[in-house]
Amino acid sequence: MSDKFMSTAEAVDKFIHDGDQIALGGFTINRNPMSLAREIVRQHKKDLYLVVHSHGQALELLIGAGCVKRLELAYGGVARFAPTGQRFKKAFLEKSIEVEDYTNYQMTLRFMAGAMGLPFIATTSGLQTDVVKVSGFSPATRKQEGVPDEKLTVIKNPIDPESGDVVILPPLNPDVTLLHAQYAGDEGTIRMEGLSFADIEQAKAAKHVLVSCEHVVPEEMLRREPDRNCLPPFLVDAIIPTPYGAHPTGCYMFYDYDPTHLNLFKQMARDDAMFQQYLDEWVMPLATQEEYLDKVGASSLVRIKANPFIGYAPGMDRS
Amino acid sequence: MDQKYTANEIMALCAGRLVQDGDILFAGTGLSMLAATVAKQIHAPRSTVFFETGGIDPALDELPLGVADSRVMVGTSVNSGLADALSLLGHPKLKTIAFLGAAQVDCYGNLNSTMLGTYDKPLQRFPGSGGACDAASLGYGYVIFMKHEVRRFVEKLDYFTTPGWLTGGDSRVKAGFKRGGPIAVVTNLGILKFDDTSKKMYLAEYYKFTTPEKIAEATGFELDISRARPTMEPTEQELSILRTKVDPQRLILGPAA
Repeated sequence: MSDKFMSTAEAVDKFIHDGDQIALGGFTINRNPMSLAREIVRQHKKDLYLVVHSHGQALELLIGAGCVKRLELAYGGVARFAPTGQRFKKAFLEKSIEVEDYTNYQMTLRFMAGAMGLPFIATTSGLQTDVVKVSGFSPATRKQEGVPDEKLTVIKNPIDPESGDVVILPPLNPDVTLLHAQYAGDEGTIRMEGLSFADIEQAKAAKHVLVSCEHVVPEEMLRREPDRNCLPPFLVDAIIPTPYGAHPTGCYMFYDYDPTHLNLFKQMARDDAMFQQYLDEWVMPLATQEEYLDKVGASSLVRIKANPFIGYAPGMDRS
Repeated sequence: MDQKYTANEIMALCAGRLVQDGDILFAGTGLSMLAATVAKQIHAPRSTVFFETGGIDPALDELPLGVADSRVMVGTSVNSGLADALSLLGHPKLKTIAFLGAAQVDCYGNLNSTMLGTYDKPLQRFPGSGGACDAASLGYGYVIFMKHEVRRFVEKLDYFTTPGWLTGGDSRVKAGFKRGGPIAVVTNLGILKFDDTSKKMYLAEYYKFTTPEKIAEATGFELDISRARPTMEPTEQELSILRTKVDPQRLILGPAA
């Protein structure tokens, strides 16, 4: 067994520092690294600089708990449960976090550029728009470490000047990327099933990668079908065995998103006092994932259990 | 009103009718998912639905509630990720049609899905672009879904998220976009299209429960209604497929008429 295996509390304590730039894996209601996010809240990490594409539940929790200072994103919402994330919206309107907007492709390309060690990467997506023209960060923020000097820059295509302009994107190399995966081998190979979103690019771009996982399996099992694997052990710094680590978001082949909990969160994220109550009830006192799952309750976990031939919970009440 | 269908139902069906067989459909959440799947079930069986998250041509036995719903990962031809899906959007060989919603639209089909006000003085916040700006920048074309209100059909966007026909005429191509642009706006009152030359929005169709004049009143810029004609009524078959096969739980359609 590799020495990368550790508890959630150890991993967060060791690798996440106040002010770090953090990339979140998953997408809106799927495979969010929720157990890691809850531990970040419990350890009162602050001034985090989140860099995400389309994010929902983990983003909501971290912003709501006051862990976030700065955010670059393409989309902040929890699918139909909160088309615009409520804690994100409130923090934006109150200006308690600094926000800068990108697109999903731009953010993905920026992670890719970071992973490849490129000084920049180019696209035509966003030409003429305020996404390219308007900076959300102040000039003072621009001068800070880890913040690109320019948001996006438009130049004439240097290869074919006749073909028009291109948008130059700054690379991203987050301090830490947080992921939730289905499987880890006992030497640290990672396998994700279903859509990988931008998790692989985010992992390859990061200085450190923390992965919570549903199952730890013998390494030989994963190496029998290496085509299905996503990350080699040397890219992964910490592996945290965490069944239901993405709850209340879904994890393909293991469990669906939990509509009851997401609706409860939606109710409680409406105002500050109720959100504090949510944290006091669902995050702060539950030091381990076991305690959290006890509170969620067996009947809820059974309700969202994925049919292993279909990958989600067919016929589940999603209203 | 002796209406036998809801605004959501006719919007999904009208948007679906804009799809041609063989189109590659880039669907987002909500009504756009209904439009894409209803088109595939009715008249465009060889169209392919794909999602920005990377799910390509899923089985869609149940309606996904978001583009990252595990339901978009089942029975696909390929499960990939954002980089793959968003680069496919711009593939020159493919006729990719996106369905996009927004908070504001201007007369050239440029969209705001980011905020009202400014970063310094924000008044309202929406989720942000997601893949909308990418779809509009790189794809073959896109269809817009909007609630028809003066505050949404505006002279000037508060924040310009998604590039449409820019300032009209040939401004889009001049700016460096190889192709693309909005095809139509489907609202709860009617369907708007864009003039071939000026690229300015005009009223093309109105539903039977409204009038061109009422639609012009609900539009915050001057709207040409001279070319408007009534929308073809939804057929029993269209309504039945939408209600019984596409969204039987009415998760997105909402309450019945």
